[in-house]
Amino acid sequence: MLKRSLLILCLGLAPLAQGGQASPAVADPALEARVLKLSEVLRCLVCQNQSIAESNAELAQDLRAQVREQLASGKSEGEVVDYMVARYGDFVLYQPPVKGITVLLWGGPAALLAAGLIGLGLRLRTRRRESAAALSLEEHARAQALLQGETPTALESEKHP
Amino acid sequence: MKAKFLIPLVLFLLLVGFLAFGLKLNPREVPSPLIDKPAPAFSLPQLTDPQRKLALADMRGQVWLLNVWASWCVACRQEHPVLVALARQNLVPVVGLNYKEVRGDGAIDSRKLDASQELALALERARAWLGSHGDPYFTSVLDLDGRVGIDFGVYGVPETFLIDKKGVIRLKHIGPVTSEVLRDVILPKVAALQGEV
Repeated sequence: MLKRSLLILCLGLAPLAQGGQASPAVADPALEARVLKLSEVLRCLVCQNQSIAESNAELAQDLRAQVREQLASGKSEGEVVDYMVARYGDFVLYQPPVKGITVLLWGGPAALLAAGLIGLGLRLRTRRRESAAALSLEEHARAQALLQGETPTALESEKHP
Repeated sequence: MKAKFLIPLVLFLLLVGFLAFGLKLNPREVPSPLIDKPAPAFSLPQLTDPQRKLALADMRGQVWLLNVWASWCVACRQEHPVLVALARQNLVPVVGLNYKEVRGDGAIDSRKLDASQELALALERARAWLGSHGDPYFTSVLDLDGRVGIDFGVYGVPETFLIDKKGVIRLKHIGPVTSEVLRDVILPKVAALQGEV
């Protein structure tokens, strides 16, 4: 009986043990979403294959804090990106900007595709011309014979002397 | 068109050439956009006396080196003797930028410290380190939160900047300064810049 009443007592106390409602992890979820979105396109310079959103390196944390602070102070995404590029160069951007030095990077695949298509077109044209040669009369007759199931006879030209 | 069969070979050799060149590049060395741009302005407390500040403008009129260091930085130990030897020659003043002395050290939970405790700890650690390894610096300034470091585009300590008489960054060296780099790259540039008006 004692056990049972103890159990009931414990169960009765259980709700008291729970604290208040969990507070949200961030003060301003809308701002945090913008910070995250922008952080995903900025490269961490310490661990270069991660964005500053993914990386937990010291520098990535500092840069995330910078992004948050600047967005919170009312700067636009573009201004924050400019701030980062001014300090760390275009390398900090996962998507390189289109400019003189990156023309080959951006235009290269399209140029390769175009070159491939042109090459293919030329090749097909020459092939059509090659195969357009008609059969000679003799060849034609032989093909006819083959189609009718007769034993093929060797062509004159294939006969060995 | 006899040599047509050589085309794949030529393409292959071209590819090998590109790859061999790429192998020699160091992906950790990101070219700084700050070269030939005015150094970002700063005004930071000095290590010897945090009440006194050193600003970028104070260095105007001389060619100087800004060396980013911290006591927790392992590679800094490697380059430190080179800097100490350089200081003895009195060729160029070196200003130390002590970068995130407390916050950069993963072993310390800096969130538990308030600003004055952090400053006191940074002073103690940085002074002790210079005391045991030698102090090559004209002066060192404290960048506790790394903000000035970000302005300079610092992403790995140590880094060294060469700044001319007008306050323009002329050279950046990433990683420890070796005596070869100093002799072959930095000092010739220093001499050239000192000759400028």
